Amino acid sequence: MEAPAPGSILIYDQIARNKRETWLLMIGFVLIITGLVGGVTYVLDGPLLAFPVAMAVLTLYAGYSYFAASSVVLSITGAREVSKEEEWEYVRRVENLCIGAGLPMPRTWVLEDSAPNAFATGRDPEHAHVVVTRGLLEKLEPAELEAVLAHELSHIANYDIRVMTIAAVLVGVVALVADLLLRYTAWGAGRRRRYRDKGGGVATVPIVLVILVAAILAPLVAQMLKFAVSRRREYLADASGALLCRNPYALADALEKIARDPEPLEAANKATAHLFIYNPLREHSSWLNRLFDTHPPIEERVRILRSM
Amino acid sequence: MTTLIVLLVIVGVIILLALWVMAMYNGLARARLRVQEAWSGIDIQLRRRASLIPNLVETVKGYAAHEREVLENVTRARSMLETARSPHDAAQADNMLTQALRSLFAVAENYPDLKANQNFLELQRELTDTEDKIAYARQFYNANVQRYNERIVTMPSAIVANLFRFEPAEFYEAEEEAREEVRVSFSTT
Repeated sequence: MEAPAPGSILIYDQIARNKRETWLLMIGFVLIITGLVGGVTYVLDGPLLAFPVAMAVLTLYAGYSYFAASSVVLSITGAREVSKEEEWEYVRRVENLCIGAGLPMPRTWVLEDSAPNAFATGRDPEHAHVVVTRGLLEKLEPAELEAVLAHELSHIANYDIRVMTIAAVLVGVVALVADLLLRYTAWGAGRRRRYRDKGGGVATVPIVLVILVAAILAPLVAQMLKFAVSRRREYLADASGALLCRNPYALADALEKIARDPEPLEAANKATAHLFIYNPLREHSSWLNRLFDTHPPIEERVRILRSM
Repeated sequence: MTTLIVLLVIVGVIILLALWVMAMYNGLARARLRVQEAWSGIDIQLRRRASLIPNLVETVKGYAAHEREVLENVTRARSMLETARSPHDAAQADNMLTQALRSLFAVAENYPDLKANQNFLELQRELTDTEDKIAYARQFYNANVQRYNERIVTMPSAIVANLFRFEPAEFYEAEEEAREEVRVSFSTT
């Protein structure tokens, strides 16, 4: 990367910080979920063995996710790898920016969706992936596309991708489950009442418990996701992306275009939303959705870029 | 007894000094190596650009053989680029090639058959791509040169640089700034 301006956050600091936060995230995940499993087995008078078993399984899962997280994310979103022959304009721009940033060439993917958006994933610059939607390739001007790709390459250079990808697989999956449970219990309350009439009070105990666990889990997990995608990270990727492509206005224009686009991105969900350059979920703002809102306001990002 | 202590202190200081010089030297050597690596990044793209020229000239000849001057200019600039060694010479030759190609493509506008030729279009596309890549390779190279040269002239690394004759590296200057420099402040709220 370019030499940062005086008084700036050094890129090297950012890399060290991201590596540290990845560890904290993995350890925190194992401890919190193990604690929850232990708590539930204790309340239900379950076997005490559940505690160490949960800990071992979760540790293995966390270790596995370190290596497999990007493949998992790529397959969840349904992206397809493309060569330079297939997507010349896109791939050659990634090549150019890599030359400018001194980065190895990442693998390039396309998501067949008309909503314009993009993200990067992987564990380090040697194992990195850039994904753009078909909508991004079609709706942006060449300079704007280049600016968005520069933003994504900055995430790769800073090791943001490592924290964000592991957060998607560890925390994001839990967020998904908690979200599902809360929705199901809120929406399906009427139907469950009939079960209770038939089976008596016994069946309600696990359901109440599940709701309780989900309600505790959701904000906790959301907080961990925010930890992974702090606003600082997005602002920094905007700034170093603008520095790399030397065109902050193009990035500002691109962000506005992406934000204005009304189409929702079907491939995105609560586990992967924080990876994207702009929040792909277009939902009504319930307290739950506001909880998971990990992106800084677009107006602020555009304002900063335009003042460069 | 006191002489022994003084001696030990002196030896200790000398060892510390030697370690410091070594660390400084390593830092400078690494920075210089990065400049050399960045230069090879430009060099690769310049070679790729030069290698596209003979094919281009042949293709244009097939349609506009009498545009001799334009074609000769391109060929001359190419051979200059091939023999250039220093960043300064390479930049000059590459700028000449850019000018020559610009007039070649301007002339090509008068030949509809040439403009429709698949091979010609392909070469034009490749040349544009190479030009963009040269611009980015230049950006990376110059950033590395800047960092290295700063170390040579600023204290305390300047002492070690002087001692071991680290020479400042040459910037790669394009004739006209295709892309403007942007100053970015990283301060976040």
